[in-house]
Amino acid sequence: MKIVKIIAVVLLVAFVGIQFVPTERNQSDVVPKTDFMLVNSVPDHIKSKLQTSCYDCHSNNTQYPWYNKVQPIAWFLEDHIKEGKAELNFNEWDSLSNRRKKSKLRSIIKQIENDEMPLDSYTLIHKDASFSEAEKQELIQWVGRLKDSI
Amino acid sequence: MSKLKLVLGIVAIAFVTLTAVSCKDAKTDKNNSTEHHSEMNADGDHSKMNHDNSDGHHDGDKKEMTMNGNGTSQAVLNDYFSLKDALVADDNAKAKNLGGVLAKSLKAFDTSKYSGNEQSELNDIIEDAIEHAEHIAESAMDHQREHFKILSKDIADMIAITGTENTLYQQFCPMYDGGSAWLSMSEDIKNPYYGSKMLTCGKVQKEIN
Repeated sequence: MKIVKIIAVVLLVAFVGIQFVPTERNQSDVVPKTDFMLVNSVPDHIKSKLQTSCYDCHSNNTQYPWYNKVQPIAWFLEDHIKEGKAELNFNEWDSLSNRRKKSKLRSIIKQIENDEMPLDSYTLIHKDASFSEAEKQELIQWVGRLKDSI
Repeated sequence: MSKLKLVLGIVAIAFVTLTAVSCKDAKTDKNNSTEHHSEMNADGDHSKMNHDNSDGHHDGDKKEMTMNGNGTSQAVLNDYFSLKDALVADDNAKAKNLGGVLAKSLKAFDTSKYSGNEQSELNDIIEDAIEHAEHIAESAMDHQREHFKILSKDIADMIAITGTENTLYQQFCPMYDGGSAWLSMSEDIKNPYYGSKMLTCGKVQKEIN
């Protein structure tokens, strides 16, 4: 019984301890000129869908949920955002060559088609971020047209 | 008294955790900065080399290009073919490994022998190809094949500029993802998109000399 207590205390202490670890925040007021929405003419409904479902991890500005400051969740988010931005940053879209834009668009289509994006762990909490079947098809078609136009 | 001890204990452990983690962070930061540094150096060297070669002895260079040494398009091609064979053999682990190898030879590819226009086109191609090779290095089989499709296009575009010392065959499978091409040294069809499932699906589309 005593051991359980000790373990509980240690865990609690560790939990309290890690709260002091600072995390990098992905926030910016500036939308660069290279942003996807600025260089492409994106219909409003597609724009809002992309912003709701993708921009949290694929741009320089995350709309953080309330629990984002609680460790270890904050680390988990930080990791995902870092990885997401390395893979694709919509804010820096226009700095890519045409070849890479096409590659990225193709990957976007594949990821949506195979339900790999948005991540399940993301849509679990952000219900509005998930795609209905109709939205999926619409988005895939639109992205496909954009790809062919490049 | 025991309450005080407990509080002290918590503070002490919190302090230790904090120090330990922040040390770790500082270390990774340092690593990152050295990485950036070496990248910058590489870039710097690169531009210098471009200048050095701007007078261009193209005939001599072409001969050099046909050797199998590191940093040539032939080295890239060889690694591409090894990767293709791993996909043909449905070997996920080997393809991962060879994706990494290809990414390396792409990074080592020295484009300074080519004209300005060709260089910028080649750099574009290489940048894209590296990304696909790196993804192949860490993906499951079906993803590897998706990336291999675009990679194959990149490599074909690269050859259009660099040429090749051997006769190559551009082969085409109409079934995979609305039709997909790849390159091979041999005329025989061995399909990297389906492997053993449909090994001989496809046809020769073009002969490249």
